[in-house]
Formats: sequence, structure tokens, C-alpha cells
Amino acid sequence: MSAPSTSHGKTLRVDLEMIASQVAPGTRVLDVGCGDGTLLAELQARHNVDARGMEIDATRVEKCVARGLSVMQGDADRDLAQYPDKAFDYTILSQTLQTSARPDQMLDELLRVGKRAFVSFPNFAHWRTRAALMFGGKMPVTQAIPISWYATPNIHHVTITDFRELLGEKGVTIEKQWFFSGGKEIGASSANWRGEFALFLLNSD
Amino acid sequence: MAVTPALSSYTLPDPLPLDNGEALSGVEIAYETYGKLNADKSNAVLICHALTGDQYVASDHPMTGKPGWWERMVGPGKPVDTDNLYVICANVIGSCMGSTGPASKASDGKPYAMRFPVITVRDMVRGLVGLLDGLGIAQLHTVIGGSMGGMQALSMAANFPERAARVLVLASTARHSAQNIAFHEVGRQAIMADPNWREGDYYSGDAPDSGLAVARMAAHITYLSEEGLTDKFGRRLQNRDSKSFGFDADFQVESYLRYQGSGFTQRFDANSYLYITRAMDYFDLAEEFASGEGDAKLADAFAGHAMGKGARFCLVSFDTDWLYPTAESRHIVHALNAVGAPVSFVELSAPYGHDSFLLELPALDRVVEGFLK
Repeated sequence: MSAPSTSHGKTLRVDLEMIASQVAPGTRVLDVGCGDGTLLAELQARHNVDARGMEIDATRVEKCVARGLSVMQGDADRDLAQYPDKAFDYTILSQTLQTSARPDQMLDELLRVGKRAFVSFPNFAHWRTRAALMFGGKMPVTQAIPISWYATPNIHHVTITDFRELLGEKGVTIEKQWFFSGGKEIGASSANWRGEFALFLLNSD
Repeated sequence: MAVTPALSSYTLPDPLPLDNGEALSGVEIAYETYGKLNADKSNAVLICHALTGDQYVASDHPMTGKPGWWERMVGPGKPVDTDNLYVICANVIGSCMGSTGPASKASDGKPYAMRFPVITVRDMVRGLVGLLDGLGIAQLHTVIGGSMGGMQALSMAANFPERAARVLVLASTARHSAQNIAFHEVGRQAIMADPNWREGDYYSGDAPDSGLAVARMAAHITYLSEEGLTDKFGRRLQNRDSKSFGFDADFQVESYLRYQGSGFTQRFDANSYLYITRAMDYFDLAEEFASGEGDAKLADAFAGHAMGKGARFCLVSFDTDWLYPTAESRHIVHALNAVGAPVSFVELSAPYGHDSFLLELPALDRVVEGFLK
């Protein structure tokens, strides 16, 4: 199955495509760690969304601004604090949670600044990851976690079960959840084994 | 040259109210325009100039014959594209390139000199808004400014939030720091210590060029980075093989600064330098909007842009700018985020210090072009 193409003709990563299809038109969105702005541009073009971004890398920010997006260079661990409560309908943190200094505090901030939050991350309990540790005795390097332990920005690896536990402790509500493997959506059964990536839509009401 | 400048000046019909409580009558605003204003007047871009800048943003300077100060950015097919946009650049009040300033004649026919009122950045902006009224432009497509021009853009956004749909601020700040004020004070004292200054009353005799040149030399250092100076000059000697054991300009950097200083006196009025640096030192946007209770919050200055109902903002800082370092831009960005205004911000890497916004920097071109889209 090939991922649907964007209004710009490029292919969106499957979790981003899912987010893009879920965001209601005309809403206000903050994409935290927005990279080169692919999702923001798509949201703006497809849904007339007031799409803003935060990105730590200056070159990527420059690319975003050059394509007409409202993106600020900032460190999500520090700069989310500047936004007022519920300033956005959605905050988005795609594949960035595991790079945060304190993912639990990041989650608090996402749900403070946004009425709802999309959070996606690579699942460290995927069977390939487990196999690499179990049989190889090595930190896994997989498609989902492609960089060696010494160079990876992923400083807080997390599993789907861990994440659900954290949400439970915080009293955060899971509105929707999706799991992906090999670029396709898979069912929720045994997701912690079978899912390479997970995507959650959360609220703290 | 494809850009056709229009040498124009506008006299404000009403006295201009000033922050010091006075009103200035018969104010002239000298300006240049580039490109064509469209039928619904929606493509006007105002470029605000810096301390020693002028309205000749993209046309030759009439006194020096040098190209416009931002010709690499403004013109047909350039990032600020005059094929589509109508660009206005006006000389600020207090300056000396045709707008009313201390060298202008007061009602008694003599130059104002130090009788000119102490003005603020907000007063400059009031003058610019008066010009926009005269041109019939209700809302700008974009207001752009670097350095002191950025202060004007911010001041316009804060005081006249409906007058610009986009606000682009380069290498600027929302307040002058103690260090900024200190450098300016060195410059002012150099001018006032020149015997030719004569309490500002020098227009019939020799101007305080030595003092003004020293002021410019000191300021010029703050516009450059250490890295930039080292790359450009290092410890190289000027037209000699060994040190002179004297006080000639032995080093290239000395010769360069002397050249910058004396060149500046050919085109700038010393009293204007006093007045404009004072206006910059007085600039503190949060203080202007302080309610009197607790700390002044910069976010209060941007209340007119709350929750995305106002302008789009873009701020750019440069990693080698130590005059208005990135932290100052970030402070503004945080205030804009606090009110929910759409804001872009990037710190660009450039070796040239504060002056980077004026120099060859393709990344800046892409940001400016993208933001104006």
C-alpha cells in the first residue's frame, strides 16, 4: 500500500498523513519539532488551518519561513512555556517525544498549550527491537530507530505500554490511537509487539 | 538601472504630537518610492531605515553617489520585489536627509539646532503614519526594518496594529540595553566635546566633524563582529612594512575606521546623530505600555495582535550580532507567542555581526522572500 500523496504531490509519512486527515478544518495547530514544515504546509493547504511550528534547527526553520510558514526557532523543552493555556486546538509532537529532556513534562506542556495533542513515537518494544537485544545483545538499529546508540537523539526510549502507563498516571484521556508497521496501519491487538510506531490523540479534560 | 526613484517630500497637514508633550508643526517627511501602487492599495511595503540610514534604499544616494543601502534586497526580481510591491522608504524625523530635524529651519528662519524637541522612536513612527495617511494607504502589505528600523516596525505594530498586515524585524530589539546606551553616550560625548559643536549652534560655521567621526568609529565597531574584523584586517599594517612607533594609522583596522568616520561626516549632521541616538536609548516598548502595576510586560504592547487577529510577524537575528543579540529577538518572539500572534523566528548564521542584515546572505534573502509571499 502506498501512502496517499499530498496536495504538493509529495508523499506524507504515514503517521503525518493520519494526523492531517484527523485535524478539523479552520483550527489552530502548533507542530512542535516541525522539521521542514511538510505537515504544516499540508494542513494549511488542505484544511485552511492556522498552522504554526517550532523547530530547533535553524536551517530547517529557514526552509519553513522561505515556504511562507509561521515557524519559530526554539527548543520545545524550554520555549513551549511562553504560550498561554489552550492557545491551540491541537499540538503535535511527531516522533520527537523520545528526544525530549523530560517527556513527562513535555506531555504536560503539550496538553496545557493545546486542547488536544497528537503524539507519535517509535515503539521500543517492537519485536525487532526486542530481538536485537535478546539475541544480539546490542542496542537495536532498525528502520524505526536508525541511528546507533552513541549518536541517536533518542535519549528516552519508550514503549507503547510505558506510554499508556504514563498517561494513566497523569489522568490523560486517549481519544484515539493508531499503530503502524512497515508503513501501514495495523490493528491494536498486540500493538506493543507488532507496532513500529504509535500515534495517540490525547486530551486532559 | 530599472528602479526609478521619485524624489518626494510630504508636509504633514497637522502638527505632529510628540512623546515629550509638545507638537511639531510643518513637519516634512522626505521619501522615495519604488514600484507601482496597485488599485486597492494593498501592495505597499514600508521600509524603515536604521540610525544613519536614509530613504535611498534602492537608488543612488544623491550626496555620495553610492548605490542604495539595501539594493541587494529591494528591486525588480529581488526578495522585496518591486515588480509586484510598492516600496516606500522615508527619512525619519530628527534625521538630515530632507525630513524635519535639528538642521531644519524653525519658524524664525534659523536652524532648530538644540531647540529641536527630543523625539522618540514612536514619534518617528507617528511621522511615518502621517505619510501613509497622506499617500492614502490604510494598511501596509508589510512593514520592514533592521536595527533601529526594526524598532520602528515593532513600534508601529504596537501603536498602530491595524496599519501593517506583516511585520518583519531584522537584527533589532524591543529595548535599548545599558550597553547599547553606553556606546551611544560615548558617541554623543565625542560630538559634544568637539569645540566646533558650540552647544549645537554650528550651522553657520565649521561642523563638529572630528567628534562626529569618533562617534561613528565607536559605533561602527559595534556593527561588526570580532571574527569579521579579524578576517578583514587581522593585525595587518596599512601601506607599511613595520610599525611607525608613532600614532599614524599603522594598522589597517585603524585606517579603515578613520575612513569610515570621515566619510560619515560628509553625509550626516552631528545634531541629528545626538537626537536619533537619544531616541533609540529611550526606546523600551514594554515600558511604553506599562500599566503601572508590577513589571512591564512586553506582551502588553502586542495586545492588538491577540490570538492571530492582527499581523503576521517574522523576526531574524544573527549569531554574531552582539549589539542586539539573539536573546533580544527571542524576548520579542516570546511576547508575541504569549498573545498568540503568528510569528516566525530564526537565528541565521553570518560572520558579519550586526551589519549582517545589510550584507550578502542568501539565507536572509530566502526568509524575506518567503515571508512576503
